[in-house]
Amino acid sequence: MHDVDAGRAAETFVTLTGSAVLVNPVGLHARPSVKLTQCAKGFVAKIEFALAADGPWTDAKSPVKVMRVKAPQGATLYFCVTGPDGEAALAALLTLVHDGFGEA
Amino acid sequence: MNNSNSGNVGIVIVSHSPKIAEGAADMVRQMVGDAVPLAWTGGDSDGGLGTNVAGILEAIELAWSPAGVAILVDLGGAETNSEMAVEMLAEDRRARIVVCNAPVVEGAVIAATESSGGSPLATVKRSAEEFYA
Repeated sequence: MHDVDAGRAAETFVTLTGSAVLVNPVGLHARPSVKLTQCAKGFVAKIEFALAADGPWTDAKSPVKVMRVKAPQGATLYFCVTGPDGEAALAALLTLVHDGFGEA
Repeated sequence: MNNSNSGNVGIVIVSHSPKIAEGAADMVRQMVGDAVPLAWTGGDSDGGLGTNVAGILEAIELAWSPAGVAILVDLGGAETNSEMAVEMLAEDRRARIVVCNAPVVEGAVIAATESSGGSPLATVKRSAEEFYA
């Protein structure tokens, strides 16, 4: 069942998680970082990611913070998404990483 | 010089070297895309290294957006000339333009990334300046 009203009344959303392996040869370098940030900014959900399932978490909407992670090729990116469009956001992010940010 | 029609914050790149300014603008276009109004200026009026107020005003005009414009500069004169250019603008525009305290290349890419996501001018500036933080 999909009880939208109940969700709105509580103003809380289930936190969704997912992970994908970085396939880009240079990892999360500048260009993929920009793409990840742009993708995240397209959603209202709170979006964080980490290199481990238990964090530490980085705001995926901050270009500077995303670049500072310097995630290497082969690293697993764990996403933690909370918000009304969380499901679509998570799907878009996982696809982006999985497809090598369009450059692999 | 190039531009795009959008309500996103515009980015102006000011360097003493036209090659640096143009190169930084190329990086922004390639990495961030076309969703951000963008203009660059560099060199003095004789074509040497330096900056000039007229060139900066022209770049601001090209990159103008109702959301405002963030200027990225390199050294000394680029900053003072940019501030002078801002002071010459009409008052309503002056309030919607900022000079960022950020490295010119990295700052331009970061600022444009923020802008492309629809962030307001203050967020664009803060994000670019985060690079030094």
